[in-house]
Amino acid sequence: MSSFWSAWIIVLTLAFLVVIIWLLRWNMTNYTGIKEGELMDHEFDGIVEINNPMPKWWTILFWITIVWAFLYLALYPGLGNFAGLLGWSSSNQDVRSLEESKQATEAAREAGLIVEYDRQVDQAEEKFGPVFAALSERSIEELSQDPEAVKIGQRLFIQNCAQCHGSNAMGGKGFPNLTDDDWLYGGSPAAIKHTLIAGRNGVMPAQTQFNDQQITELANYVMSLSGRKVDPELAKAGQANFAVCSACHGADGKGNQALGAPNLTDNIWLYGGSQDAIEETLRNGRNGVMPAWKDILGEDKIHVISSYVYGLSQD
Amino acid sequence: MSKNVKHAFLEKRVGWLAVAMTIAISIGGLVEITPLLFQKQTNEPVVGLKPYTALQMEGRDIYIREGCNNCHSQMIRPFRSETERYGHYSLAGEHVWERPFLWGSKRTGPDLARVGGRYSDEWHYVHLINPRDVVPESNMPGFPWLAENTLDGELTAKKMEVFRSFGAPYTDEEIAGAKAAVAGKTEMEALIAYLQVLGTGLTQAE
Repeated sequence: MSSFWSAWIIVLTLAFLVVIIWLLRWNMTNYTGIKEGELMDHEFDGIVEINNPMPKWWTILFWITIVWAFLYLALYPGLGNFAGLLGWSSSNQDVRSLEESKQATEAAREAGLIVEYDRQVDQAEEKFGPVFAALSERSIEELSQDPEAVKIGQRLFIQNCAQCHGSNAMGGKGFPNLTDDDWLYGGSPAAIKHTLIAGRNGVMPAQTQFNDQQITELANYVMSLSGRKVDPELAKAGQANFAVCSACHGADGKGNQALGAPNLTDNIWLYGGSQDAIEETLRNGRNGVMPAWKDILGEDKIHVISSYVYGLSQD
Repeated sequence: MSKNVKHAFLEKRVGWLAVAMTIAISIGGLVEITPLLFQKQTNEPVVGLKPYTALQMEGRDIYIREGCNNCHSQMIRPFRSETERYGHYSLAGEHVWERPFLWGSKRTGPDLARVGGRYSDEWHYVHLINPRDVVPESNMPGFPWLAENTLDGELTAKKMEVFRSFGAPYTDEEIAGAKAAVAGKTEMEALIAYLQVLGTGLTQAE
């Protein structure tokens, strides 16, 4: 803050306090020339005013608030650039990036200042840090069998993952069910953890090169892969164009976890398995996004959530 | 009446009493608000802040029109209990081009100050059509008409010009291309584009 604005705040604040003190003292002195308890010299409609002093409890309260104001302004940041004797502040507002925010936290710590927010975080870190650190040293497989870890994982899951995957983790249209054995990007502990840390982006391109008839044929062939009853003529015609699909889904349609291409032979459908839904997928494409959580949750918490998710399909 | 009882002057003249009260109350504003108008902290954007694109700008107006700010705040307070859930607390530098700001004051739903990038576009689409399709416990209303209404972009350039007059650094090309950038897009696309950029000026700065 420039020294002009700092001075502006200090002068106005202190002047205002001085005025308040003067006002209070002025109102506590009997300047009317009429003794206490006697009639004032005005009357309206038979109602008279008596010269009574202000109630003592009320003026004392006033003095207390004035003393409080000076104490507060001495201890806490209030008077312009004066930071207060306690060196206390609520948070680091004057930063321009996450990097600067971290630097400000460090700088305050080194200078022995109290940043209330950072103090809260430090206290929580002291309490929970060792818990998560201990958990992160154990394997995901092991944690998935530990009821305490599962409880923690479930809480974190409901807070952060349930919005898409549901509070029962069974997903919905467009959002994978995590309780079955079908994995788009792999169900090993490492694969799950990687999905959480870095996110995933599954792109099914729109097949605009095909006309409506070809789309219907292709959909019929895709449905036939999971053993469903289809028009054999249409399916056969569709098979010819499946070469395009096999680039990601494989020649046998069993998918490819490296690309997140779903297995088409298992009758589990992320975007619906009706002929209409499959045709829509072919026509318009799909774009499945799993956000990256590393920056939001941190690796230790992700480790615990991974174990929870891993455990869901292990029963 | 004693000549010393000067407050009788104010007590008998309601107009002057109002003037005196205004002066007394204004001192608080002069001390607490006026200096903020001239601070680096409130006038300088965070490093990664970009002005809203044409589509995001339209999305912001839909956010206002549908009253999203009645149930969703955009202000993460500096408490650990909030930052655990929402991310880094909000900074003044993230809101320097906001007119009006949409901090809100009530959280029937969660805070949205950093919702950008948190969910996929697809999730927002499904969720805005009918929130219970993805969150069964939700009490948020659906907004299915957003997917049907299309934007014509007639006023988009004008809005961006007004924001430029507030200091948002739009280029002439951006304003000239505003109509083309939004015309024909659905309100849904615009709103999702807006939601996806919220809070990213701080967290996704390159």
